[in-house]
Amino acid sequence: MKKQFIRRIAALLLLLVGVAGLGSKNAHAGSQENANQVKIDNFSFTPTTLTVAAGTTVTWTNSDDVPHTVVSDDKVFKSKVLDTDEKFSYTFTKPGTYPYFCSVHPKMTGTVVVR
Amino acid sequence: MSDYIIHDHNNDGIDRRGFLKCMAWAGTGALCVLQGGVLKSFALGQMDHAHAGSLKGELSFVQISDSHIGFNKPANPDVIATLQAAVAKINALPTPPAFVLHTGDLSHLSKPEEFDALEQNLKSVKTGRMFYVPGEHDVLSDNGKQYLERFGKDALGGGWYSFDHKGVHFIGLVNVLDLKAGGLGNLGREQLEWLEKDVKHLKSSTPIVVFAHIPLWTVYPEWGWGTDDGAQALSYLKRFGSVTVLNGHIHQTMQKVEGNVTFHTAMSTAFPQPQPGTAPSPGPLKVPAEQLRNLLGITDVDFVRGRHSLAITDSPLAT
Repeated sequence: MKKQFIRRIAALLLLLVGVAGLGSKNAHAGSQENANQVKIDNFSFTPTTLTVAAGTTVTWTNSDDVPHTVVSDDKVFKSKVLDTDEKFSYTFTKPGTYPYFCSVHPKMTGTVVVR
Repeated sequence: MSDYIIHDHNNDGIDRRGFLKCMAWAGTGALCVLQGGVLKSFALGQMDHAHAGSLKGELSFVQISDSHIGFNKPANPDVIATLQAAVAKINALPTPPAFVLHTGDLSHLSKPEEFDALEQNLKSVKTGRMFYVPGEHDVLSDNGKQYLERFGKDALGGGWYSFDHKGVHFIGLVNVLDLKAGGLGNLGREQLEWLEKDVKHLKSSTPIVVFAHIPLWTVYPEWGWGTDDGAQALSYLKRFGSVTVLNGHIHQTMQKVEGNVTFHTAMSTAFPQPQPGTAPSPGPLKVPAEQLRNLLGITDVDFVRGRHSLAITDSPLAT
């Protein structure tokens, strides 16, 4: 009886540790994923300023009902027109500050900082 | 009221009763008349016969805008059907318009099949000619090359041009090319120089109609609804007694008068957009299906010589 109780406690503890572990793993994966993602929504880039390490590939995803583009002010990168749910990726190899905008709606601006 | 012109006393092709009927279907519309630089506006319900009689003109034309062929999101899953309704509206006018101006965003994504569908559907418009200026959606991938080949063969530069009709000077401008980060619509130096020369030889009494996609006046800069060098363009037109500026882009009617200049924006034939600042962004406004056609429409413009009057009537597709 006592043995069974201890086994149950142990199982529960294992389960808890497992869930906690899974949880933290998920959270970790989530932040990793967001670290190189820019969402295009409501005519704005989020985050407006994204800081990444050199060598990172940044991906923009258009969640708006209208097309947008991602165009570097200094012509370093330029996406094709992104319709709803379309993505654009660019790999930043050199450190620096990269301002960009949507060439269709130029009020939409953002910056990628590469360290 | 009759569908035919039977009271054409002035031999100008316009029947007062027919004209009244054409305004009657506008329902919620407003009629604005510019006389000697002073704007008079009437809710259509307040129009009486005396007013309507004073609005008879010898030139009438129609503006349509923002057809966004290719758009298929919930705000309007069938933009072809609403364009066809706009065509039917034009064809029901008591006097066929001399021509139709399309103030841009013909397509949604600048795709050849979208331009094809627009042209096909506008073939049945009963009018002398179609004139176009591009919207930002028409120059997405190729800086407007395809647009120019199809719709701007006789145009200059990025697609600008002017023409005269019955003593009125019409100017089509392009303010959707080479947009700068953080900026608004853009005409550019080359086009401004051309515009200055284009109007130089004209008498100040010449009525001027300017049409372009993005408003040339600052409607709401937070949403990009304005043109950075629009004021420069308007400075060349200051000496003229009657200037009318027709724009699209904002998918709703808006009007402003500044001195002798009347600014007007047209409804879209595809989907409405929110009023400035009333939504997080200027994206397509989703309204109940039965309300959609109240927010889409055409603009009918009637010019009266001598009085420098220009009557602008916005007519929703519904009713």
